[in-house]
Amino acid sequence: MDAQAIIDSLSPLVPGASFEAAPSVDFATVYVPAEQVVATCQALRDSLGFEVLAEVTCADYLPRAPRYEVVYHLLSVSKRLRLRLKVRVAADGTLATVQGVYPSAGWLEREVWDMFGIVFDGHNDLRRLLMPEDWEGHPQRKDYPVQIQKAAQTYAPLEVSQEQFQANLVRDRVTRTH
Amino acid sequence: MAQADHTHGLDHELPILTSTVEKVVQWARQSAIWPAQFGLACCAIEMMAMVASRYDVARFGAEVFRGSPRQSDLMIVAGRLSRKMAPAMRRVYDQMPEPKWVISMGACASVGGVFDNYAIVQGVDQVVPVDVFVPGCPPRPESLIYGIVQLQQKIARSRM
Amino acid sequence: MSDIRTETMTVNMGPQHPSTHGVLRLVLELDGEVIQSVIPTIGYLHTGIEKTAEQKKWQQVIPLVERMDYLAAQSNSLAYALSVEKLLGLEMPQRVKDIRVLIAELQRIASHLIWIGTHGLEIGAVSMLFYAVRERELLLNINELIAGFRFFPSYIRIGGLREDLPRGFHAQVQEFLDRFPAKIDEFEGLLTKNDMYRRRTEGVGFITKEHAYAWGLVGPIARAGGSDYDVRKYFPYSGYETYDFKVPIATEGDVYARYRVRVAEMRESLKIAKQALDRISPTGVFACNDTRVVPPPKDKVYSEMEALIQHFLIYSQGFTVPAGEAYVPVEGPRGEHGCYIVSDGTNRPWRVKMRAPSFMAIQALPTVVQGGLIADVVAVIGSTDVVMGDCDR
Repeated sequence: MDAQAIIDSLSPLVPGASFEAAPSVDFATVYVPAEQVVATCQALRDSLGFEVLAEVTCADYLPRAPRYEVVYHLLSVSKRLRLRLKVRVAADGTLATVQGVYPSAGWLEREVWDMFGIVFDGHNDLRRLLMPEDWEGHPQRKDYPVQIQKAAQTYAPLEVSQEQFQANLVRDRVTRTH
Repeated sequence: MAQADHTHGLDHELPILTSTVEKVVQWARQSAIWPAQFGLACCAIEMMAMVASRYDVARFGAEVFRGSPRQSDLMIVAGRLSRKMAPAMRRVYDQMPEPKWVISMGACASVGGVFDNYAIVQGVDQVVPVDVFVPGCPPRPESLIYGIVQLQQKIARSRM
Repeated sequence: MSDIRTETMTVNMGPQHPSTHGVLRLVLELDGEVIQSVIPTIGYLHTGIEKTAEQKKWQQVIPLVERMDYLAAQSNSLAYALSVEKLLGLEMPQRVKDIRVLIAELQRIASHLIWIGTHGLEIGAVSMLFYAVRERELLLNINELIAGFRFFPSYIRIGGLREDLPRGFHAQVQEFLDRFPAKIDEFEGLLTKNDMYRRRTEGVGFITKEHAYAWGLVGPIARAGGSDYDVRKYFPYSGYETYDFKVPIATEGDVYARYRVRVAEMRESLKIAKQALDRISPTGVFACNDTRVVPPPKDKVYSEMEALIQHFLIYSQGFTVPAGEAYVPVEGPRGEHGCYIVSDGTNRPWRVKMRAPSFMAIQALPTVVQGGLIADVVAVIGSTDVVMGDCDR
């Protein structure tokens, strides 16, 4: 199934969206408008059988505008199919979270926020994931230096107070899903 | 010593060695090093290999890996130390009772290795004092055993 | 009794903990022994490998990606090399494909051996570690033979392999393949029917197929819950479609099912490795014939000017890769390893991103252990076989 075939079957399911096939060497790649990401993922999961979200990542094309491309890799086990969705995001742009469709997007989007600073609207827990909580900057942006000068910290800022700790617990309580 | 003692305690065949208290204590310390189970990355697997079947560091008396830092006197920093982990590692070090020693295992722990970037502390000696650096990426278990032997010699030389 | 007011207790586990497989940190909220909530915290091993890779030339990235998932180093490098080769449009000779398959399967066995050892150790079967590591040393010997390095051979390169197989390779691999089936029986004898092991693992940490898919878990974890998804069957690479092997599946989805799937996987890997070894001739081609990527043979470098120039260019500037992007998944020991690369047409990658199966497994951990007992957390973490280097990258 090439990109055009997927767009043809997607277009009736997501009214008003203008998809765009992108050239690729491995599997179908489709550009999705930023505001239609959630509806597209919903349609892909429910109607076209893409049940696994394998990966969400991002690439920073710095001098170019729009600056970022967020990449979703979807997998359909039942149809033996892979699909890459790409969304162009401007330097100060935001994107809606697909957590509601694919729970696995939670940490993947959090990592994208941590590393690139792209805000996912509606995300339930957009905090630092890989970097320390008090880190400044988003390391994988192209304008972030590779090597930095910063003294290694010892343990003072790691403490949270008892109240913060309890608040974190309430915030992070995950409900059992099955 | 059941029979009557006619030599007034001057039996030249009595099994007695004279030494200083310091030497005896350091001998005891060097012969029973208890490392903390502090594995960070790839090197930790080689550290496991050192403990396990083929290399068997028990031959050198350093096989009792303790889960709690409070029971151990050697910290083997096995692997790359990220900036996020540095406070936790310092805390583990502070929890260890004196006397304590640190082996920095591998290139990443010693100088940052190939990862000269924003995330990795370029050498754990910025965070804790290091006694022995073991080079390699990761070092072979033999290298680490050699490092432990070096540390034993250092302990034997040191003053109480 | 029911009106007695009790408070929940919060317990911090890690990042320095003997049984969190590295530097995973869990904050557990307990009601008695029952887990109310779990908050995993990761990033204690974040190494910035993806950022560093953007500064290196294409070939130089291989040692970096090998250090991500350090138990399955060559799955990483295979995924990366396949992705770059996809962009370059390179097709490997059959012998290279077979050697890669052999190495990948031996790597899978080595990774599962560490898993079975540490998982047994954490659950109380301490001697498992010694049996498993003893066998793993033989696989490390094979690595040492082909590349002089126990852990990260960097033997798989873009465009083929680093060099031809050494003398004595077949004999050494054959010796391992002959010896190992009896050793798997030995492991199974220690665990499979071990009453204590089964009581710790049966009915604990359920992950069904649907649950696994929703949380992005594909690989042994999903296969223990009834999925039959295996990249080697669904999206074959390196000629896996020509091998005869089965994908082990269990349906229970608990810790014990994951154990059985992985043990069965070791047996299947042995089968694949045997077939691959039979196909590989002792000497022959070890790289494709694309002069952009693969340096000319040494005797030509010494005798021909063009070859010398080509050799110099490859080792000084590296090669350029056409602009574009590629993602080629491989079946790693923990699930789908995939490498997403973006090229801007220069001699350095623009973006390298590894799909990390451990990352997904830890994300799903709270949904698995909540409502269970605290003693089962260790069993569940062990059964998901997470590697923090893979998770944090």
